[in-house]
Amino acid sequence: MASVTIRNAVKAYGSMQVLHGVSVAARDGEFVVLVGPSGCGKSTLLRMIAGLESITDGEIDIGGRVVNELEPKERDIAMVFQSYALYPHMTVRDNMAFSLKLSRKSKQEIENEVRRAAEILALEPLLDRYPRQLSGGQRQRVAMGRAIVRHPAVFLFDEPLSNLDAKLRVQMRGEIKALHSRLKATMIYVTHDQMEAMTMADRIVVMRAGKIEQIGSPLEIYDHPANSFVGGFIGSPSMNFVDGTVVEEGGRLVLRDVSGTLWPLGDKARAYIGRQVQIGVRPEHIRVVEGGIAASVLNIEPTGSETHLQVEVNGQPIVVVVHDRLAAEVGASIGIEADPDRVTLFDQQTGTRLS
Amino acid sequence: MTAINDVTEVTGSQKRSRWGSRLDRREGRTAFFFLLPGLIGMVLFLVVPIIASVVLSFTNWKLLGTPQFVGISNYVRLFTADPQFWPVLRNTLFFTAEYLVLNIVISLGLAVWISSLKMGQRWFRVVFFLPTFTPGIAVAIVWMLIFAPGGFFDFIMRSLSVAMPSMLTDQTLAMQAIIIVSLWAGVGYNTVLFNAALDMVPQSYLEAARIDGANAWQRFWKIRLPLISPTLFFGTVMTAITSLQVFDQIYVMTRGGPGNATATLGYAIYQRGFQNFQMGYASTIAWVMFAMIMALTAVQFWLQRKWVHYDN
Repeated sequence: MASVTIRNAVKAYGSMQVLHGVSVAARDGEFVVLVGPSGCGKSTLLRMIAGLESITDGEIDIGGRVVNELEPKERDIAMVFQSYALYPHMTVRDNMAFSLKLSRKSKQEIENEVRRAAEILALEPLLDRYPRQLSGGQRQRVAMGRAIVRHPAVFLFDEPLSNLDAKLRVQMRGEIKALHSRLKATMIYVTHDQMEAMTMADRIVVMRAGKIEQIGSPLEIYDHPANSFVGGFIGSPSMNFVDGTVVEEGGRLVLRDVSGTLWPLGDKARAYIGRQVQIGVRPEHIRVVEGGIAASVLNIEPTGSETHLQVEVNGQPIVVVVHDRLAAEVGASIGIEADPDRVTLFDQQTGTRLS
Repeated sequence: MTAINDVTEVTGSQKRSRWGSRLDRREGRTAFFFLLPGLIGMVLFLVVPIIASVVLSFTNWKLLGTPQFVGISNYVRLFTADPQFWPVLRNTLFFTAEYLVLNIVISLGLAVWISSLKMGQRWFRVVFFLPTFTPGIAVAIVWMLIFAPGGFFDFIMRSLSVAMPSMLTDQTLAMQAIIIVSLWAGVGYNTVLFNAALDMVPQSYLEAARIDGANAWQRFWKIRLPLISPTLFFGTVMTAITSLQVFDQIYVMTRGGPGNATATLGYAIYQRGFQNFQMGYASTIAWVMFAMIMALTAVQFWLQRKWVHYDN
């Protein structure tokens, strides 16, 4: 077990800088998820930790040891790749034993380690099969087995579930989480799927364009996004954003948007009266009520447990999540109301959270 | 009622199948006419000569005159009475063994080296591939001038104060000269082939191996080589076949000499057929060579189970 500390990590390819001085730390035994849209530098950062990419500037410290100049094998890490990268010419057993053979462990030791990992991951019946004879989920487990046998200080996962179907992804999510609880190892996990980040992480690191936007626990990030990007990226369906000016109307604090629609705000918005802001409202914090803000229904997506409504308020698209079955039809006019206390205010120019 | 229905169905299906088979016949005829131009060429220039050479190998045809059937006496003579056959066979196998090993090792080495380059990969691929599309006869003539007594090679050796006999006139060195020329001309093809295969190995396997603790040599030996083994196998089989058929270089540079130090089966066929006009006997040697190539290829296919990994 070990902590991982990244200090001011910079990565540049020639004159193009892709990571701009990133600093983040994963505590010993913590499950940290790096999440962000494609091209944000999360995989590059993971590969820098692994030693597969050189570090242009800054420091990476694993277990109190700066590893910038160390080869991957000297860093005491194991990595699970997006494509699994199982050696196709080796059986499951040989894939898992490969690193142990290279480190000249005894046959008995290798057999014991492979057995132990196979038992943890329920791979025993598959040990003599080749990767091509396995399903996606089984390959994924073998890739994890290959990592486990080495007892690494840090596990690195590079979008390991993105090649699996939705159902298997949910199942494997649980298995990785269970593995973390069992091994209590430090794990750094890269994904672009915010749902994976929310459900698996002890702490989430949200990245964009080579920079860290926010670090925090899943609910901290969900409830208090540092800026409108994080607010929009975390959560599905996405947060609704409306631009306008904070005004007081009839003793009530409201946001008047460009179309003149009034969106009620909580008391914390008082400090911003007269200022142009952007408000963010989670879809589940909007209710369908009679006499609310007039909206016309554009689309209805029932998911079973809840219904996603895409509505339009004076040309502004808004998504509403309701837990009740809704009788409304596409084209119908309904009234909606956002919970004023759950509305987040962002600076219109910088996107930084104001309240 | 059911019986009537059954009868109707049977009649219907019979009609359909008769109609279908008529359609098949018509389509078959059309297809045959479309195939005819290619088929005529293949029959005339491939099937007929092959059959003719089999037939000829059982005759004593001397190019002029009528061939006479002599049974298997050509084969008996080849294996029991011809004093040149065994040395020629030995030369052929020696050439094949040395050339095959050197070709595969050098081309693989070059392929690995090219794939490790950060710049100029394409340029080097072209450079090494150039000899492949240079006419073999032209290559052999140039090299003959280099290796000829008093030629460029001897000049270099003299300049380096290395005392050695002239390559083409020495019983042992002549075959080495042929091998050097063959390698120069033949290595490029396999280099490009292996280089392409190496570049196709997904980077993630090599990265996984690095994390697993494999050094550069282990990554090559345990990951890259097994993963390119199907291409390596193809290259080995094709090189073995072409090396058993070696002719151009020998014809131009040594004419099988000195003595018969560089006479191979390919050259022996030419010598018997077109110098001694023993077409029947030459065909016999050709068929023995064919049998050897088939046998060697079969052995290689059998051995591939031990070292070739197909990912499907």
